[in-house]
This record gives sequence, structure tokens and C-alpha cells, in this order.
Amino acid sequence: MGAKQFGARVTRLEDPALLSGHGRFVDDVKLPGMLHACFVRSPHAHAKLMSIDSKVALIMPGVHAVLTVTDLPDSMRSQPLPLLLPNAALTTPRTQLALARDEVCYVGQAVAVVIADTRYIAEDAAAALIVQYDVLPAVADCRAAAEDDAPRVHADLRSNSASTFQLAYGDIDDAFAAAAHVFTEGLWQHRGGGMAIETRAVVANHDPASDMLTVWSGTQTPHLGRQTLSDLLARDPQSIRMIAPDVGGGFGPKAIFYPEEAVIPAAAIKLGRPVKWIEDRREHFLCATQERDQYWEMSIAIEADAKIRGIRGRMLHDTGAFVPWGIVMPYIASTTVPGPYVVPAYQLETSAMFTNKVPTTPVRGAGRPQAVFAMERLLDRVAHELNIDRAEVRRRNLIQPEQMPYEVGLLFRDGKPLVYDSGDYPRVQEQALELADYDGFRERQRAALNEGHFIGIGLANYVEGTGLGPFEGVTVRVLPNGKVAVATGATSQGQGTRTTLSQIVAEQIGCRLDDIVMTTGDTGAIAQGVGAFASRQAVNAGSSALIAGQSVRKQLVALAARTLGVAEGDIELEDGQATSLRGNKPSVGFGDLARLAQGIPGVSLPSGQAAGVEHTAYYTPSQAAYCSGTHVAEVQVDAMTGGVKILRYTVAHDSGRVINPLIVDGQVQGGVAHGIGNALLEWMQYDANAQPLTTSFADYMLPMATDVPTCAIAHVEVPNPLNPLGVKGAGEGGTIPAPAAIIAAIEDALSRFGVRFAETPLTPERIVSAMRAAGAYERLFAA
Amino acid sequence: MGRQATRMDVNGKSYARVVDARLTLADFLRHEINLTGTHVGCEHGVCGACTVLVDGRTARSCLMFAVQANGCEVTTVEGLAPDGKLSVLQQAFIDNHGLQCGFCTPGMLMTLTELLRDKPEPSEPEVREALTGNLCRCTGYAGIVAAALDAARRLRDEAEKPGAA
Amino acid sequence: MKPAPFDYHAPRQLKEAAELLAKLPNAKILAGGQSLVPMMNFRYVIVDHLVDLNGLDELRGIMVGDNRLRIGAMTRQRDIETSSDIARHCPLMTEALRHVGHRQTRNRGTIGGSLAHADPAAELPAICAAYDAIIHVASVRGIRQVSFRDLGAGYMATTLAPDEMIAAIDLPIWRRGHGHGFQEFARRQGDFALTGAAALLDIGSDNVVRHATLTLFGVATSPVRVETAEARLIGEPLTSAAIRAAAAAARQIEPISDIHAGGEYRRHLAQVLSLRALNDAAQRAGVEA
Repeated sequence: MGAKQFGARVTRLEDPALLSGHGRFVDDVKLPGMLHACFVRSPHAHAKLMSIDSKVALIMPGVHAVLTVTDLPDSMRSQPLPLLLPNAALTTPRTQLALARDEVCYVGQAVAVVIADTRYIAEDAAAALIVQYDVLPAVADCRAAAEDDAPRVHADLRSNSASTFQLAYGDIDDAFAAAAHVFTEGLWQHRGGGMAIETRAVVANHDPASDMLTVWSGTQTPHLGRQTLSDLLARDPQSIRMIAPDVGGGFGPKAIFYPEEAVIPAAAIKLGRPVKWIEDRREHFLCATQERDQYWEMSIAIEADAKIRGIRGRMLHDTGAFVPWGIVMPYIASTTVPGPYVVPAYQLETSAMFTNKVPTTPVRGAGRPQAVFAMERLLDRVAHELNIDRAEVRRRNLIQPEQMPYEVGLLFRDGKPLVYDSGDYPRVQEQALELADYDGFRERQRAALNEGHFIGIGLANYVEGTGLGPFEGVTVRVLPNGKVAVATGATSQGQGTRTTLSQIVAEQIGCRLDDIVMTTGDTGAIAQGVGAFASRQAVNAGSSALIAGQSVRKQLVALAARTLGVAEGDIELEDGQATSLRGNKPSVGFGDLARLAQGIPGVSLPSGQAAGVEHTAYYTPSQAAYCSGTHVAEVQVDAMTGGVKILRYTVAHDSGRVINPLIVDGQVQGGVAHGIGNALLEWMQYDANAQPLTTSFADYMLPMATDVPTCAIAHVEVPNPLNPLGVKGAGEGGTIPAPAAIIAAIEDALSRFGVRFAETPLTPERIVSAMRAAGAYERLFAA
Repeated sequence: MGRQATRMDVNGKSYARVVDARLTLADFLRHEINLTGTHVGCEHGVCGACTVLVDGRTARSCLMFAVQANGCEVTTVEGLAPDGKLSVLQQAFIDNHGLQCGFCTPGMLMTLTELLRDKPEPSEPEVREALTGNLCRCTGYAGIVAAALDAARRLRDEAEKPGAA
Repeated sequence: MKPAPFDYHAPRQLKEAAELLAKLPNAKILAGGQSLVPMMNFRYVIVDHLVDLNGLDELRGIMVGDNRLRIGAMTRQRDIETSSDIARHCPLMTEALRHVGHRQTRNRGTIGGSLAHADPAAELPAICAAYDAIIHVASVRGIRQVSFRDLGAGYMATTLAPDEMIAAIDLPIWRRGHGHGFQEFARRQGDFALTGAAALLDIGSDNVVRHATLTLFGVATSPVRVETAEARLIGEPLTSAAIRAAAAAARQIEPISDIHAGGEYRRHLAQVLSLRALNDAAQRAGVEA
């Protein structure tokens, strides 16, 4: 076995290149003869597309082509982008055409593309296109969309409903009928986006000699993208290679297949030149998928001692104009509500409505933040009404460790019954409270009040299904030069995939980290792949790396034993050498072993020996891996301005065994930053005509370094019994309970004024509004 | 007047080109002289990914035209480790997990290079304030702040060694 | 987001710049570029000619004169921020500059550019309003003076003719020992203010207010001097009741409403921030109000 890597804070192999400006992002790909694209996009949220006149554009110097839907291959002209996640409850599985043909349904929907010598010229030409629209009424709000007399989001659809479904278990009527108390909350979470600092990007090149179409895309899912392209272009998948190089942040929106990823390759084939498209930030605000705009109406039924009897309600979800990822997000949200608590009866009705806005698909947290917000606000309400400490209310309802595996009673989005495989929720909550010095808070609050400051504390729990299937493969191959080639369908947008997988392989086979040459996110390097989303790669690719590594280890040991003439039990693998523990300790390098395993042309291999030293493993999880955590937020609120400052943020979480604590801490910290953004700052706003109002970083607020404190993080490792590594996902946990904890803390800070909050982002203006309505300023201005 | 000659010094090397007046400095660096380390994230002067030093001061290269840099000395991320050996600041980023996807990182490095030059003993709030002109979506800033403070310490230690300049 | 094509001119002298502005159609001045270039990149602004003033050294510099400080229009915000002359004579400006954008934008941004751009939430125009600055405007017709009060012409507009440029800004120097207060509420560090208040107080040894200005910004289309508040303070002893009344008078503005903040909220902030700014000014003037 190699040096202990698993669990070590190994610094990242990715860093030196990225730090010295030698990363390779899609816009860094430059090919001879490359042309540049600019899409022409609808300025209307809903309209009939009448005509496109490109005469003026086409005669501009440097313009090579203007393509509309009629210029696309037959296979793309009327075949919409595929629906990757079908669901029986999705009554209207509508996805968009790569370029609009008759109708546009959101501001920014692409109607044409200009190909020119430079992006500058392409934009000039795009401005010269004359596009005629017949404007139709637009629906901007999912509540309005649900009204009987609402305008239709799609002119040909009778209703704006994409899906309605109900999840339920237990006897909900009895739960409420015999309850000691019932409380109801209305909650609202606004739209927001992933907003990676790198926008979307595609470069496509068709080589006529080999008929190979190579596409570089800033995608989280190149194998899925290759499959989709194969369908849309009616090309053999073997003739398409999709590569996700360095990608500057993903967070969900880059997991989707976008129209541009089909149009740019089609253009490259048509023009016989490489074509590059780099999305600009304004386009990203219009066209990259978003999340949220959900309205929840939830009730909780409890016993006199605050034990939950049941939870029920309805959720209205804004799915935007299309459903490229089906109804995954509202589905995940509705299965997440019970969380780590014993909820004997549950019923949630969900309606997903179309609106004339860009589609909503999972963004970090994927619907779970909304569900946790609902559940945690209900529990805080219970605590408030019964005058019981909020941590105590939770303690009384948490699933106990001896109840694991715990069957919730629902079917999860992975197609399997929702069964929490492992976890110790009470211990995780205790750890968080201790690390946050929760018990000492009331004293801190009193001291602050003496200085005229209002501070508050809030906590929230979550359970997250991670490590979703179907698989993520890893090939480990020892090369004759001693290097170890590792290929995986897993991709990286910053989560350190190369380092984590290298740690696993190096520990298994005893090579040096530096000897590993890894290829991620390249359909040419491994046959099958899925990609990064749902915090799945550590579980799936990690387990595959382990299995492949174990197999390669066995092969190395067998070869070395045979070569050195000793028993297999006497062989030790370390630093790329196989050494016998006997006698004068002879050794042979991995490269030599690999060379031996190639055999001699014409000569049979010894019996029992396989060709080469390699193994490809596709670990397939039986179900999701459930991680969990508790967040505690301590905030200071300026009661006069509504300004909120986060003083202290604490996380305790169980993501199973931790491969690299440095990387996992980074994921938690980064996730919390997203959560802070969701709680206080980020809001994609639209007007009544579904025109986006926040289309720049000046209007859409991302957290800055002064907005995100460094978190205190505690790991509670409850190994996952279902995968060979014992790991659970860790990419989204930082985001999921953050809004709940922060809003609870704000409410706590202002509790003497009796104000209550149930929305995010919670802006200073809304805080002041609530304070004014509660009559707080009569007192405060006089002070 | 639409095309203009410009000559600038980038990382110690002189470049003379004739370019469109509207070519931004960011695009000049990335595509005209092939220094792709400087990144473009918003093109409206908020995200800071395009930050470079112009005559020693940080500037958003998406808000300057290449023709404006005529006669100027420009430093990009590629100029921070000219002999291939990572600088103290870059090494501190590795040791403190100061980057994840790496896209905002060059801008962060240029901003912190200016800060540490002007203020060798910054406090944590001063580091955070200096970083408000650079957005990061991956790290939540903790690793970047830790790297800056760590680098400041190491640079001071180096400066205090006997025989140091 | 690439700008539309334009012709670029880089004059080296004021006279040359003035002549270019006079003769070129649809010409815009490029100063720091931190406000103009984003608008050009978005193509909200299409320019045929860009006249770059960054080469005009004669428009840069800070000079202390009799009872006034003269700042060249092309002086970088960063240089104003670090100027010891400004800190000594116009500390309100030094404090305000900490809130102006970020280091990178202050390195290039200029005071003249900020005044010409006239964003209602910008700090520098508000400081000029607080001081009753005199603006020197240059063109082929020579140099004229205009009070800052007469420079604004509504939302992001000035009374400057298309061929005019701001050459310098004169700030009267208040008596040594005056108090200043600057309070701004923005969503994040460096953002435009949702509302801000700048207060200057000159208090005599008898505790009577000799001179006072209270300026709000971010609340209307240009900075607002709250004259009712000033009238309440000037000639009266400075008491906490007087300060509270002056801050309450700040509510009497007609605030704007947009996606960042509604009118009622701005009105509320106007009162809160005026109170804080005046209290700071009183304290700095060495008076216990």
C-alpha cells in the first residue's frame, strides 16, 4: 500500500498551472482559421418570430454567415433539445429548439447566430440584423401563470402547468385533526443564479480528414453533451469528441445542455472552419439557467411537547419557459422537507408553472435550500409559540442514530426509496452548537445590547442525498514509462477532482502523486461518463478509482512476484517501485512491469497474466448517499438601516469519510458563500412583462470578501456503509441550510420588536419595512 | 483613427502593434500577444478577473483600450513568476487552498501584489476590503484571505533576514 | 459585450482637446473610463469619437490656495484619497473616498469624470455640493466658472455643452476645527449608495453654529442640500434636539424609487444617516451635543 493519502490535507495538483496563468479554459483554445460567433436574441419575453433580414449584416466586411433555424441540419430544425430526465408527472415535457422557429418564450432566446472574423465584428453585424416580432402577452410570475385567465406562456398550450404532483405518506388528516397545535407559514424564495465567474463557452472544430467533430465546452457533463449532440446532429457518437477543459465554476447551470452547444458545432461543420463562442455576462444573465421563485404554504401539526405529528402544504414552482431537466428541482425540494426529523405524516402538493423567463434548473443546493428553509422556519415558529429553545425543539424531533438506516416513506429522485443510509444527527447538531458557543450566546447578546447593538443567532439542519448514480468510471493504466494514466468521466469546475482521485489511486497502487497523468471530462479518454452535479463525483468516481486502483495493485503485485521470483505476500509497492521484502530486497519499477505486461509480439503471455496493467471500473451506487449537517449563524443587525453583518458562522457536517479535508473545507466555505448570497443579496428581478431587470453585476449582488466570514468547520465522519470509500458528497451542503440559519438569526436579533421573516433574499429594505409596521421606529428614533 | 499603433511593455517585454481603437487591453493581452492568464468575467468592471497592473497600479483591463496603454508598463499574472519559480504569494495560495476553479485567481493575485507592496502588514479587515474589487464564486474568500496574510508574514520574515535588501 | 467602433484621439494639451471636442461630431471624453467604458461595452452609449484626456498632465494635481483647494479634473481618485493636503483641509472628501468604488476603480477614476457622469448615488458630486464647489469649465471659448449647484441638469445630466470639459474643481476650505460627518448605506462595500449624508459643521466657541451644510445623495436625481435642516442649525446653539430636528427635516425630500430601494426606505435612511452624520460632525468639531 502506498503512503497514506486518504484523509490527508494534500495541496492541489491543479494549482501551479492555474496560479501562473497557464490554465486552459475554453477561451484559451485557439485554432488556425477560427471564426467567432455572436447570437442574436429575442428582446421580448413572448412573441411570434415573423422574419429575420440579414442582408445588411451579410455584406459587412468580416462577416462570414448568418444562420437561422432554416440553416441548421434537418435533424435540428424541428427536433427540440432532448429531455434528459423524464418523469411521469411531467405533463408538458417541453424543451426548446436550438434556434427559435416560430415563437420565442423568454428574453434572450436565440433566434440567429452571426459568424465573423472577430467577436467585435460579429456584434456589429448582430446589431444590423432586422428581426420582426409579433409581440404576445407574457407571464412574469408563477402565481399569475396559475390563474385561469392568465396569458399562455406557450401560445399552443392550453394551460401554463408543466406538472402537478403530490408526495405523501402516513395519515395526514389524523396528524392534523388530533394535533395539540397547528401553525402555518407562507414562504417565498426569489430567483437567483449560479453566476460562475467564467461564462459559458463553446469551441467547435470539424476535421474533414478524420470526420471528427471536436467540441470544447465549459460544461459539467461532456459525455451527456456528446450523446445529445449525436442525436441533434444525427452523427455517430464515435465521430464526436467533447472536452470540458479547465472550467471556471459550474454550480449547476453548466450541467445543462444548451442550444449554443449544438448551434456552434453545426456552424463549424457548415462553414468548414473552427468556430468559437464566448458568452458575455449580459447573455449569461439572460440565458444561463436559474433557480428558485417558489411560493410555499406550509403547516406543521405538533404535540404539546413540540413533537411533530405531520407536515403538509403546497408549493408553487416557477419552472421558466422550458423544462430541460424536467421537474428534478421541485421534486428534490419536496422530498427534502422532512430532513433529519421524525415526521410521521407528510403531504406536499407541488405545481410547476411555466413562465416567460429563462428555465430554472438546479443551482447549488438544487431545491433543497428552499425545502430546508420551509422546515426550519416551521420549527422556529414552534419554538417561538411554545417558548422552547430552538435547538431543543430540534433535538426532540431528530432521528436517532440507532434508527439508521431510516426509511422516510418517499421515493427519491434517484428512483429509489428515500432511505437515510447513515448519520448521527444529534451528534452533528451538538458539535455545531458547541463550536458556535451557542450556550454563551444570550450573554453575548446582552453585552451587545448594552452597547446599543442587536445581535442574533439562528441554526438550521439539513439532510442531502448525494452521490447520485448511475455511475462515474475511472480507468487506471500503468504506462511503460512508469507514469500512471488515469482517465475519468468526472469533470472539474474547481472541486479538485484531479487531486482527490490521484490521492485514492496513489494510495492504492503505491505510486507518487506526481506520476499520475489524469484526464478528466474528455469523451475521448473514457467510453462512458455522466458528469458533475448533485455532489456525486467523490462517491462515484472516488469508488471507481478505488476499485480500479485495487485491481491494478493486484496486477502489479502478481507481475512483480513472478518477475522477482517471490511470493505475492512479500511484495510491497511504494513510490512507483515493487520491492521484495526478502533477501537483498530486489525491486522493479512500475514502468518495467507495464512493459513486461505488453508481452513480445508473436509470443503468448504466461497463463494467468492479462494484457497490460490496467483496469476500468464503473462503480454503480445502489442509492443516494445521505450527508447531513447543522449550521449556526450569528449576525448583527443595524436596526435603523436594516443592514446585516454576519459575525460568526459555524458548520458541523457529516459527509462520511473525508478524502481531502483541505478540499472539503473549501467546498463548505464556498457553499456557505452561496448561501449568504441567497439569504441576503441575490435576486434576479423581472418586471411585469418578464423583462429581466438585473442584468449586470451592478444590479445582481454577489457576496464580496467583506460579506463572507471564515467559517468554523467541524467534520463528523459517519462512514457511508454503501460505497467502498465510505464517503458522501460535500459540494452543496454549505449552501443548503444557510438561508434558514441566517434569517432565523436576523429574526432573533430583532425579536424584541416582534418582527418575523419568511423570505429570501431578506433585504435591508424589507427588514426596515417590517420594523416600521411593528411600530419599532417610534421607540428607536426617540432614543 | 479607427486603427491605431500602440506600444507597451508587458512583463518586461516590448510589444508594438497596430490595433482597432476599440480593442480592450484585456483582449489585446489575451489574443493579440497570447497571454491568456488574464481572464474576462464581466466586461463591465465589477468582477475583477481582468485585473492587471498598469504603471504599477491595478486596473480593470476590460475597461481600458489597448491604445490607452501606449507607453505604459503592464504587469500580468504571467509576470509574477518570470523564471518559472512561483512567488511567495502564489505559494501561499497553494498552501492555504486559495483557489478552486482558478478563474478569478489571476485578478486576485494582481490585487494582492499591489496591496502587499503598499501595505506589508495588512490586517484581515484590510485584506478583505482590498479584495472587494475581485469577486470569487468558488472559495468563499477564506483561503484567499489566509493566503494573503500568510504571504505578508513570509515576505516580512524574508525582509528581516540578515543580508536581505 | 464589445463596444461599437469609434475613432480615438489622444490630445496632449488642453487647447488641442478643446478643439477636438468643438469639431468632432458625437464625441465623448474618456477620463478614467470606469463609468463610460462599461456603458460603451453594453452599447448603451455609442460614440463616434473618443477624446482621451489621460495625457493632459496640466489637468492633474492638487493645489492649496487662499481659503480654497483646487483639484485638477483629471486627478485620480486614488491620489485624492491619499493626499495629505486633502486630509488636512477637506477631511470630508478623504472619508467619502473610502466608499468610492474599489481600489482598482479609484486608480483610474477621476474627480472630473465622476462629476461629469453625475450619477445620483455617487459620492464625489455630493461632496462638491456639500462644499459649494466652484467648477472650472474649459472649451474653445475659454474657461468659465459655474457653481456646483448649477452644474446638475437632472438624472445623469449636466449643463455642460457637448464641447465643454471640466478642467478643475475649487473647494472652499472650512475653518480649522470644523466638524465633518459622512454616512452612507450601500448593500456591499464600494457599491453605489442607496442613500448617503454628508455634514459639515462650523461651531463657534459659544457653541453656536456659524455654518452648516447637510447634503443627501442617492435619494434624488442629483445631490440635495437640505436647506431646511441647515436653517434649523445655523445661528442656533448646537444641541442634540437641534440635530434630531435637522435630521427629521431630511425626510422632506422627494425620493426616487428603483429596483434597489423604494422611496419610503430612502426617506427613512435620509433621516437615519443625517442623524449619524451630524452627530459625527458635532463630535469631530469637539462639541458634546
